Amino acid sequence: MERSYEKYFRQNRLPHLWCPGCGNGIAMKAIVQAIEKKGLSQDNTVIVSGIGCSSRASGYMDFDTLHTAHGRAIPFATGIKLANPDLNVVVITGDGDCTAIGGNHFIHGCRRNVDLTIVLFNNEIYGMTGGQASPMTPLGKKATTAPYGSVDRPFDACKLAQAAGATYVARSTAFHVNHLVDMIAGGLDNKGFSFIEAYVQCPTAYGRKNKMGSPANMLKWMRDNAVMKAAWDKLPDDKKTGEKFPIGLFYSAPAEDYDTAYDEVIERAGGATK
Amino acid sequence: MAKARLMQGNEACAEGAIAAGVNFFAGYPITPSTEIAETMAKLLPKHGGKFVQMEDEIGSMGAILGAALAGAKSMDATSGPGFSLKQELIGYAACAEIPCVLVNVQRVGPSTGQPTAPSQADVMQARWGTHGDHPIIALAPWSVRETYDVTVMAVNYAERFRTPVILLMDEVVGHLREKVVLPEHVDVYPRRKPKKTRAEGYQPYTPDDDLVPNVADFGQGYHIHVTGLIHDETGFPVGSPKITEDSIARLHEKIARAGDEIIHTESSFMDDAEYAVLAYGGTARTAYEAVRAARAKGIKVGLVRLITIWPFADKVVAALAKKMKGILVAEMNYGQLVGEVRRAAAGACPVELCGKYNMQAFVPAEIESAIDALVAAHQ
Ligand SMILES: Cc1ncc(C[n+]2csc(CCOP(=O)(O)OP(=O)(O)O)c2C)c(N)n1
Ligand code: SF4
Ligand SMILES: [Mg+2]
Repeated sequence: MERSYEKYFRQNRLPHLWCPGCGNGIAMKAIVQAIEKKGLSQDNTVIVSGIGCSSRASGYMDFDTLHTAHGRAIPFATGIKLANPDLNVVVITGDGDCTAIGGNHFIHGCRRNVDLTIVLFNNEIYGMTGGQASPMTPLGKKATTAPYGSVDRPFDACKLAQAAGATYVARSTAFHVNHLVDMIAGGLDNKGFSFIEAYVQCPTAYGRKNKMGSPANMLKWMRDNAVMKAAWDKLPDDKKTGEKFPIGLFYSAPAEDYDTAYDEVIERAGGATK
Repeated sequence: MAKARLMQGNEACAEGAIAAGVNFFAGYPITPSTEIAETMAKLLPKHGGKFVQMEDEIGSMGAILGAALAGAKSMDATSGPGFSLKQELIGYAACAEIPCVLVNVQRVGPSTGQPTAPSQADVMQARWGTHGDHPIIALAPWSVRETYDVTVMAVNYAERFRTPVILLMDEVVGHLREKVVLPEHVDVYPRRKPKKTRAEGYQPYTPDDDLVPNVADFGQGYHIHVTGLIHDETGFPVGSPKITEDSIARLHEKIARAGDEIIHTESSFMDDAEYAVLAYGGTARTAYEAVRAARAKGIKVGLVRLITIWPFADKVVAALAKKMKGILVAEMNYGQLVGEVRRAAAGACPVELCGKYNMQAFVPAEIESAIDALVAAHQ
């Protein structure tokens, strides 16, 4: 049976190279389902990614796609959007790509509020390079560069995005697929810098080291530990324990995007917008 | 008739860029290049273009590459430390064949060095700064008016060869103020366009007859893939030794093939010369004065000025070396391009260095006495 979202994939580039049970495919599919839901034109949508397992997604997706350098997807995307504001620009990035090497671009992207939708595939590890700790590896978890458990305090990328000025901030997981699609679709709607963190399982580099069991078990871990925001907000602090974390739409405060503001600059300078 | 204007080298660079069709600039402030960004911030919106000040030099380099892929003609300007930060993405532009112009108004390094003091010590970095085999075009103007013309040339070469072009200025020329009359018209090389539709089997990285691919801009329905991985004509990465070899060779050959056409040099007082001073950028101005002074003393010396630094003017230098009793290379560094001159001269005549790296531009007397020494040593 041909599924409606299949047209968004480059069939000749599939099957993908991700490990069996990897969560990247789920998040990638959620992106195209959100694109389909919002009716974005394939010809007018650009997918930009950094470097990492997650960032490989761009090559599988049938749009104009750009596989940039490690950490630099947001600056490239900024240039694309400003040069041609008619394009919808979606960025796919990893936890390392976005918050380590690309951290500065990330916070300034949030602040600048260019109309981009960023989807961070958070597997809490450097997958591509074989399982080193990332700035989002939880305390105590093991990585090849944290063999005794990480003592390096992690980022909460959603809080970071909100504090830095992103106008739409949400989180979901590969287990909560429909919810993830909705969160991404909401980001596509927001004319400004939208940030969606998607928990994805990396059974190979993270799961194995941390004895998380099968990919299915890792998804169950998401089911058992993710708490919808409304319920999370009602939880007393002493119940927000263990590995529990909130998901949902955390913040939505539409504000004038950079490009609209820049059109005013062009007007003030006496230039003609194209 | 266009009016004469008093203009700074950096301003001429910005004006030349706009005349050549640059409509996107991303940058990060650094002396002595900042006036280029400031002028672009002022002028671009007047022309319907866009300026964005990014969070750092890597970000601004990424932004101009993204903008170029979306159809803009884009430029960025920096100096030493910023030039170092941009190196990875210069390689990206070379590999993915993205047209862009990067201005480096050189200052004294290494590291923070002597901020704002003049230097020409990034000449080899412009050639080899990013990792891997790649070609580069680098141009060095010597006057305000030439900065305008060479900026236009840089933008045109970027488009024609789909390659990053480095405009290798120096503080002397960047901050120089001269009276200039700008041309009323400049020739602009348009963005290359796909010659096939998707249905006809268009592949973004199929080289045209001149070995340069006609990569579609984003948003035109071609659904292209662009990557910094070695790729085949489809644009998708491949692990094949043959394709790796072919693509790296093609990157070099597309520029090598244009050859002499993009190698610009200028000779002064060379008709009967027995000795030559070879210089570029701001130093060539001083060398010109030194040559005149030496001529006044009866020394048969001339000036060969390089406008194109890379690709290197091998043939010009080889021919020159066969005719000269000696060549003096004057540059504001510890000795960089002199190595290339020696390589190209291949022992046909002695090549001496007149290097200066003490924060100060040359004065004519320094080059003049180096000429005297060259003549005394190689009669
Ligand atoms: C400048 C640079 N530094 C390091 C690397 C090596 N590298 C490639 S991917 C990666 C980490 C990717 O981790 P993440 O962003 O979390 O993506 P994942 O593979 O987990 O999806 C690293 C360090 C690189 N390609 N470029
Ligand atoms: S290493 Fe992890 S993130 Fe990378 S493909 Fe395998 S499972 Fe997925
Ligand atoms: Mg990761």
